[in-house]
Amino acid sequence: MPLYHNDDQTMLKDSVAPFVAEQAPVSHLRKLRDTADATGFSRDLWAQFTEMGLPGMLVPEAHGGLGMGHMEAGIVLEEIGRNLTPSPFLSTSVGAVAALAKAGGTQAGRWLPAIASGEAIIALAIDEGAKHRPDRIATTATRAGNGFRLEGKKCFVLHGHVADMSIVAAKTDGGITLFAVPKDAKGVTADPRRLVDSSLASHVTLDGVEVDADAVIGEVDAGGEILDALLAATRTGAAAEMVGVGQGAMDMTVTYLKERKQFGKLIGEFQGLQHRAAHLYGEMEVARATVMKAQQLLDEGSEGAKLMVSVAKAKAGRAANLAVREGVQMHGGIGMTDEYDIGLYMKRDRALAEFMGDVHYHIDQVARMNGY
Amino acid sequence: MSELDAFRTEVREWLEANCPPEMREPIRDEDDVCWGGRNFKFKNDAQKAWLEACVAKGYTVPDWPKPYGGAGLTPEQTKILKQEMKRIKARSPLDSFGIWMLGPALLKFGTEEQKVHYLNPIARGEIRWCQGYSEPGSGSDLVSLQTFGEDKGDHWVVNGSKIWTSYADKADWIFCLVRTDKTNKYQGITFMLFDMESPGVTTKPILLISGNSPFCETFFDDVKVPKDQFVGEINRGWDVAKYLLGHEREMISGGGAGGDMVSIGGAFAKAFGKNEAGELDDPILRAEMAAFDTDVFAYRAMGERFMDMWKTGRAHPASSNMMKYVGTELNKRRHELVMSGGGSDALEWDSEESKGGARARSWLRTKANSIEGGTSEVMLNVIAKRILDLPGA
Repeated sequence: MPLYHNDDQTMLKDSVAPFVAEQAPVSHLRKLRDTADATGFSRDLWAQFTEMGLPGMLVPEAHGGLGMGHMEAGIVLEEIGRNLTPSPFLSTSVGAVAALAKAGGTQAGRWLPAIASGEAIIALAIDEGAKHRPDRIATTATRAGNGFRLEGKKCFVLHGHVADMSIVAAKTDGGITLFAVPKDAKGVTADPRRLVDSSLASHVTLDGVEVDADAVIGEVDAGGEILDALLAATRTGAAAEMVGVGQGAMDMTVTYLKERKQFGKLIGEFQGLQHRAAHLYGEMEVARATVMKAQQLLDEGSEGAKLMVSVAKAKAGRAANLAVREGVQMHGGIGMTDEYDIGLYMKRDRALAEFMGDVHYHIDQVARMNGY
Repeated sequence: MSELDAFRTEVREWLEANCPPEMREPIRDEDDVCWGGRNFKFKNDAQKAWLEACVAKGYTVPDWPKPYGGAGLTPEQTKILKQEMKRIKARSPLDSFGIWMLGPALLKFGTEEQKVHYLNPIARGEIRWCQGYSEPGSGSDLVSLQTFGEDKGDHWVVNGSKIWTSYADKADWIFCLVRTDKTNKYQGITFMLFDMESPGVTTKPILLISGNSPFCETFFDDVKVPKDQFVGEINRGWDVAKYLLGHEREMISGGGAGGDMVSIGGAFAKAFGKNEAGELDDPILRAEMAAFDTDVFAYRAMGERFMDMWKTGRAHPASSNMMKYVGTELNKRRHELVMSGGGSDALEWDSEESKGGARARSWLRTKANSIEGGTSEVMLNVIAKRILDLPGA
């Protein structure tokens, strides 16, 4: 398969890009932020997403979705990134769907149709410390009665305070097991924190939470593979969103270079800025190609996907970070003002960079996967 | 079986029968490369036999039309031939600036007569060409070149000098940018072709920091060039030159701009040793190598996307400049890490163990990657102007 969008994917982009730009531009984020919105996203907007079939893009057709791939989801995520749109799409429609579809069974049957119909918001309760270390999960699930008792603390759970269900990764006797923990489960408390990008992420406490045996996603002790699928999908999705953030910041900055005058010249005439902008262009193009390659390998079910996912998360992280830093610097003083959007791009980039493993984590993974 | 599958089978059988085992071993040094030309000495019979077999089949230039010495293969067939050659690790039967540079220029700008006359000897490896572009005073600002051809009716008399002429001392003919109108900067250059044995042509190899001399200074002292030996139109040689520079960058982008695209850390872990956690036993070097590897794998995806888009006309026409810039900077970084990883062993200049200072010489050679064929700074200028549309660039 060639590494560019085919006709169907181009059509999808042509419908999603204007939709997101019109319905949820950066002003939409500002409005939620300035009204201290307690949900973290607009349910009206999510209803519009649902009308377009977006929440169930990756949900298999048998479960009421569109059965599309990561390449298609990436198209939506890039537009979400470009417009800084607050949305549960990444956690719910990409990460959770990847896990549930991989696992199948009761929980897939219960939640996938609800995701496709836009009714269910799902949170991913994976991290337990300030840095992403999914190989060191300490939350425990012990057998109790007909089911399990969960004990532990999770953090950086986006939408955790409003999610209808959270996917919780916990240690069981013989490995990792994933659980579908419903919102009203006794013993679950979600403490939402406002992050730098105005999103809401919860610290979730699981205090003797009792769940039935059928809350297990997939099989007991066999959650490792499902967690891998969840992580690969979410990381690739976050990388696609970062490409959108970086591209949005770069476009805004290049436009500014063509408008702002100093010393009687457009600042874009100065070679010192031209070369930096041109370098950034190259980095963004490489990041975009890398993310597409990861999406393609995931969609093909290729063994090489795991390496490319880490490469994509790291490369998109580096490129988007360069885009927002150069963006603020090249905007000069107004780049530091709240009124101007470029700073919002810097904030979103920082949050996405950290989500599901930062640049350093993934570069380390690249080394490990290459035997050093 | 589809036609392409049948072609693949045919190619596979032909290669099996015609590619000698010696020609399936990796290239070790410059001697192993077949450049052809009047004075070329084959290193062994296998090299000669392999060239002759490919010439007979048109496989030295498989995608050129048959009347010009090619095999007339379609792009898909050419790709299959390359894949099959790569599969058995077959060496290139013939490398030359005639194939890479002059051929594409003639195919685009040459007359029918010129194509037949010049392309066949290139395809057969009989004439070795060199490229006369840069001058001592005209590097990045190539169009300022001063070598002048005075019109003498049926011929020009050329005076001036060129620099960085690759293998000029070994070449038979030169394709050369010569000013033929001093009053018109861009439309005053003619793309001339002439014999390096013409009276008045002298060459002098330039010793580089790598200790090797792949480039020459070339001097023209009243060299007579017949008036029918030019490509395109008189005074419009800049169009040909620009086309070729684009072609060169495309070639670099599609091929080895990023150097060898494999993990560097994986290779060094073996030589370097690992700590008890199984990590390369130098945490800072490990981190730098891992960051580099990440960029290499990313660039590999970029190369795939670039070629997919370029072949189907989807790529921005200036995107090959971005590929050249990113790829050559990456390759320089690779060789810095190779030197760091090699430690004091990599410093050795002529010992047998160091294969004649291979690492150090390669490291130094790569510094030219971002200078030749347009400097990184020129690439960035082009991106700024043609892709980002920045003002005054």
